[in-house]
Amino acid sequence: MAYLVSHPDEVKVVSRRFGMGAANLDRYLELDGYKAVQKALSMEADAIINEVKASNLRGRGGAGFPTGMKWSFVPKQSAKPKYVLCNGDESEPGTCKDRLIFEHDPHSVIEGVMIAALAVGAKTGFIYLRGEYRYLVEIMEEAVADAYARGFIGKNIFGSGRDLEVYVHSGAGAYEVGEESALMESLEGKRGVPRIRPPFPAVVGLWGGPTVINNAETLASVPHILLGGGQWFADLGTPKNGGVHLVSISGNVERPGVYELPLGYNLKKMIYEVAGGVQGGRKLKGVVPGGSSVPILLPEEIDIPADYDGLTKAGSMLGSGAVIVLDETMCMVRFALRVIKFYQHESCGWCIPCREGTDWIKKTLTRFHSGGGVAKDIDNLKYLAENMLGRTFCPLGDAAAMPIISYVQKYRKEFEDHLDGKPCPYEKAHELALV
Amino acid sequence: MKFSEQLEKRFSEMSTHYPTKRSVLVPMLLYIQDEVGAITDEVVAEMAQRVDLTELEVRNVVSYYSMMRTHAIGKYNLQVCTNVSCLLRGGEDILHHCKKKLGIGHKESTPDGLFHLEEVECIGACSWAPAMQVNYEYHENLTPEKIDKLIEGIRKQEQQ
Repeated sequence: MAYLVSHPDEVKVVSRRFGMGAANLDRYLELDGYKAVQKALSMEADAIINEVKASNLRGRGGAGFPTGMKWSFVPKQSAKPKYVLCNGDESEPGTCKDRLIFEHDPHSVIEGVMIAALAVGAKTGFIYLRGEYRYLVEIMEEAVADAYARGFIGKNIFGSGRDLEVYVHSGAGAYEVGEESALMESLEGKRGVPRIRPPFPAVVGLWGGPTVINNAETLASVPHILLGGGQWFADLGTPKNGGVHLVSISGNVERPGVYELPLGYNLKKMIYEVAGGVQGGRKLKGVVPGGSSVPILLPEEIDIPADYDGLTKAGSMLGSGAVIVLDETMCMVRFALRVIKFYQHESCGWCIPCREGTDWIKKTLTRFHSGGGVAKDIDNLKYLAENMLGRTFCPLGDAAAMPIISYVQKYRKEFEDHLDGKPCPYEKAHELALV
Repeated sequence: MKFSEQLEKRFSEMSTHYPTKRSVLVPMLLYIQDEVGAITDEVVAEMAQRVDLTELEVRNVVSYYSMMRTHAIGKYNLQVCTNVSCLLRGGEDILHHCKKKLGIGHKESTPDGLFHLEEVECIGACSWAPAMQVNYEYHENLTPEKIDKLIEGIRKQEQQ
């Protein structure tokens, strides 16, 4: 199992119960478990939403949309049933944080789903986990069963006269299903092909009913917000970027791991102090600050606050909070090829710019990296990627295009050094053909 | 087609969670695959009948999800991640080592039916890279030595 790390700069909120046996319901109750949902039961729905709004909590799955605002879009009256959906399809390369929440604190996710349901007037919640996370599906199923057995979920929860069902559902291997509309299709037993928006899920979602869909970490933050207060949570972060978040640090650092840090924590410090610096004391080549779909940052660009606004200002994104560190030994063309190989594999083929764009970029980079590149390929890569941007139903097309554009722009020399039939000049020990 | 008692129980329980029959499809197909070994023609026909779909509609679902397969594979499925976080920590060397050790390539099984090898996309073990899953079990911070030990261990266990 994944081991836990720790650093003095951490502010543990969502990770507060990690390593404390909180998957056990009695232990969870000792650690303030299910107090937040009981508080929510005594509150008006609008008061819950206002508390979440005050916390400045933003979606931890990647888009960073304000959670309270998302909830407020759900219509009060609806002929069709409303739903709350927890997105635990964690698949963005570099991201491994939700896994720890499901493993160490499964009841906090259930509690978050319940509070969201009370806030929007839903009677059913689903927790969707990726198929690969089978051991976590088992943990979640046990947690849900335990909560049912105590009457925390089901009919007349906590004697309130209100009913609330929570179910666990699992996928079967598909990155795209992490996108909200594709996830709903998958839960309905279909291919995970995205839906066109509008209408947005808050109005027309699961089986046509208004649906709140939030990332697992977002929902796991909610009980803490209700107990500690929205203002307390907001003050942990920076203006408009409330709270703390789980950062999955991976790649060439001395101490990779999942750390819980305040929003706005300096990115450079995160790498050099929290994660112990670049592996083996080597030189830093670049940092991907929010999962493989966000633009890369050069070493001179990382002395910035890591929050939604700070990273957007730097031309990248906070994404899912996955920081991937590259040292000087990695060839950028090879890295680009591995990234596009992933998106090409995961593209569902529904939107032509994504289906064709990812495939042609992969083909070009494969040839390019093996020494068969020509000068015009470099601009052509950018051109192909730019023609995917904003032209697809779901963000997978953008997720593939944005990093590629950034690699070509920021590491153009490395691309040029591969020209004229030279083998890759940046690595000697590795096989050249990747695909 | 009849599944194990446990699986039948799961099916009927799960069917009560959703307003439409077909919603059980994705997780159920995977559970059936775990029991039967693959989503065979017989499984497709059975599920189509149970959830009121055509066989083609079920096949459409099966072909979308990367964990679903229509043919049986080796008993221990080594799924080695080579996505970026693993790549940066030697994931490709791990894959190469598995290939050499087992004498098989991507999506191939050993002749004795014991092992299957697959290069997979990110499995959410990025901070503990390089990583792989053997069936559903995670193995992290891999080294060639760990792979050798694991494979030998499985072989020994299966001989008994």
